[in-house]
Amino acid sequence: MWTFLVRRLLQSVVVLLGVTLISFISLQIGGDPTYLFVSENASTEEIERARAVLGFDRPLHIQYLSYVWDVMRLDFGRSLTFRQPAMDVVLAALPATIELTLFSLILAVLISIPLGIVSALYRGKPVDGGIMTFAMIGQSIPNFWMGIMMIMFFGLYLRWFPISGHVPFLVPLFAGDFARAWANLPQSLHYMIMPAIAVGSYTLARNARLVRSSMLEVLQQDYVRTARSKGISETRVIVHHALRNAWLPVITMIGLEFGFLLGGVVVVETVFSYPGIGRLVFNAINQRDIPVVQASVIVLALVFILLNLIVDLIYARLDPRVKL
Amino acid sequence: MPNETPSSASALLDAEGPATTPSTWRKEVLRGWRSMVASRWALFGLIILVIAILVAIFGPSLAPFDPNRQNILLRLLPPGADGPRGTVFLLGSDALGRDVFSRLLYGARVSLLVGFAAILVGGTLGVIAGLVSGYFGGWVDDVIMRLGDIQLAFPFILLAIMFLVVLGPGLMNIILVLGIGQWITYARIVRAETLSLREKEYVEAARAMGDSTISIMFRTILPNIMAPLTVIASFNVASVILSEAALSFLGLGVPPNVPTWGSMLSESREHLLSNRWWLAVFPGLAIVFVVLAFNIIGDWLRDYLDPRLREKD
Repeated sequence: MWTFLVRRLLQSVVVLLGVTLISFISLQIGGDPTYLFVSENASTEEIERARAVLGFDRPLHIQYLSYVWDVMRLDFGRSLTFRQPAMDVVLAALPATIELTLFSLILAVLISIPLGIVSALYRGKPVDGGIMTFAMIGQSIPNFWMGIMMIMFFGLYLRWFPISGHVPFLVPLFAGDFARAWANLPQSLHYMIMPAIAVGSYTLARNARLVRSSMLEVLQQDYVRTARSKGISETRVIVHHALRNAWLPVITMIGLEFGFLLGGVVVVETVFSYPGIGRLVFNAINQRDIPVVQASVIVLALVFILLNLIVDLIYARLDPRVKL
Repeated sequence: MPNETPSSASALLDAEGPATTPSTWRKEVLRGWRSMVASRWALFGLIILVIAILVAIFGPSLAPFDPNRQNILLRLLPPGADGPRGTVFLLGSDALGRDVFSRLLYGARVSLLVGFAAILVGGTLGVIAGLVSGYFGGWVDDVIMRLGDIQLAFPFILLAIMFLVVLGPGLMNIILVLGIGQWITYARIVRAETLSLREKEYVEAARAMGDSTISIMFRTILPNIMAPLTVIASFNVASVILSEAALSFLGLGVPPNVPTWGSMLSESREHLLSNRWWLAVFPGLAIVFVVLAFNIIGDWLRDYLDPRLREKD
């Protein structure tokens, strides 16, 4: 258990160093990065001063080391548009993004698994064809366009759901204010349902196909035949024998799909004016607020690495063949 | 046995083998066509793709208007509304009085160009990296694969955002960023296949005959892994087109004077509340159809070219 954990943590550290290297390169790739941090009509002296203050006049390797040090302290400098450290701005927006990501993941998993199972059980029947067609189309729809269409139809035409905004649930929950978290929950879900479907649609479609092929594979195994021949009810065979094994590839996939989800969240938040990191990044892009863009991207990468670590641990727990 | 994978694909794609005479080529094409017609979905995908490519090539001569021609008097007109001097805005006009239909036709160029070019960039890098990694192994392999792991630790779109914010919008920039974002997908596949082919007798034979390493990698091994590569590339074009649309939507794509489907959708957001639905519906449908076509064709290619990769069905 501990060796696995330590090895996995070391891997994450290496990946994190890589992340700092890549983001450092992205700053330098356009030439002197000082120009990214000063206004367009800054005078030569102002640029000189900024270069010295920001340390861009030092040798590259020194700059990189100090960059890594800054990242370790989660210090990305001051936002150019908000008058506070970029990290504070990002951390304030993080809970909303995590709420949306988790909710869309839960939604995608809860819907895709039954769809995949039904599809596998009725293989080749019209139900199967229908679900798989639906999945194929779901994989081809840009998530932000899906958001726009839902806003037009369910938001503005039917008026079922609010088209923008957010009611926090995780923030009061982690602050220990359970009463408020509980009271906020229905509103929170009501605001999140459309963005969550938009974000999760790709994952939903992908997973439905994966569950189907995984189920089909498992259903041909000897132990399923044995279970059936013992006269156990078909439901029990599917839930206890087949599904427990068909799960595993799906869990691995979910870990990888956090990346898609986080990426999707960035774009979809903009569509719904949802106050998370995505909208923050969008505004920061338009105002060329580089510290905020950098801080957001690195924080999301951190979240992604952490979630993958958790998924790996869950996987190791669920699959007895993986020894901890 | 050089042909341990006796799929028709490896026969088709094995440039070294004697199988590729013109008449077998014709037979293969015919067989592919029949299989495509038999699967209605694949035919549907092919038709959409052909239309999209034709539109991308001939768009300028098909478009009834200059896509950037503004007309403040004819703003936000619904589909079918009369344009200037007896013309019609087939799919309506946008906030600056530009013809949505013409912009849609021009948008196909960017989507397909970026899609194919990024795959070419990413595929070339990935194939070279994968061949080197799989053929030589050792520390070279370690370094290349760890680099890929690090890249995969980033949600890709974030990486693209970070670079494009600094580089600024531009067709070349977006192609490079999206292309470099894909290399590891190809590198992994090519590496895995190279590892297994490296020990095959026909590779050994080539080595014994004194072929150079480069020649063995590119002329003996590469032709035998074209089948899985083609399948991956097809799905990859679909996802690159989606990424390009998302980046254009965020304002990080090509310069603003070039119409793209993503930027059209971005502009449409300001007119949602006033119910100018045509601004949002048509560019989105265009993306869905093209992406769907590539996904369908990818599915079909997987079944057709390489039965080993087939999903159970």
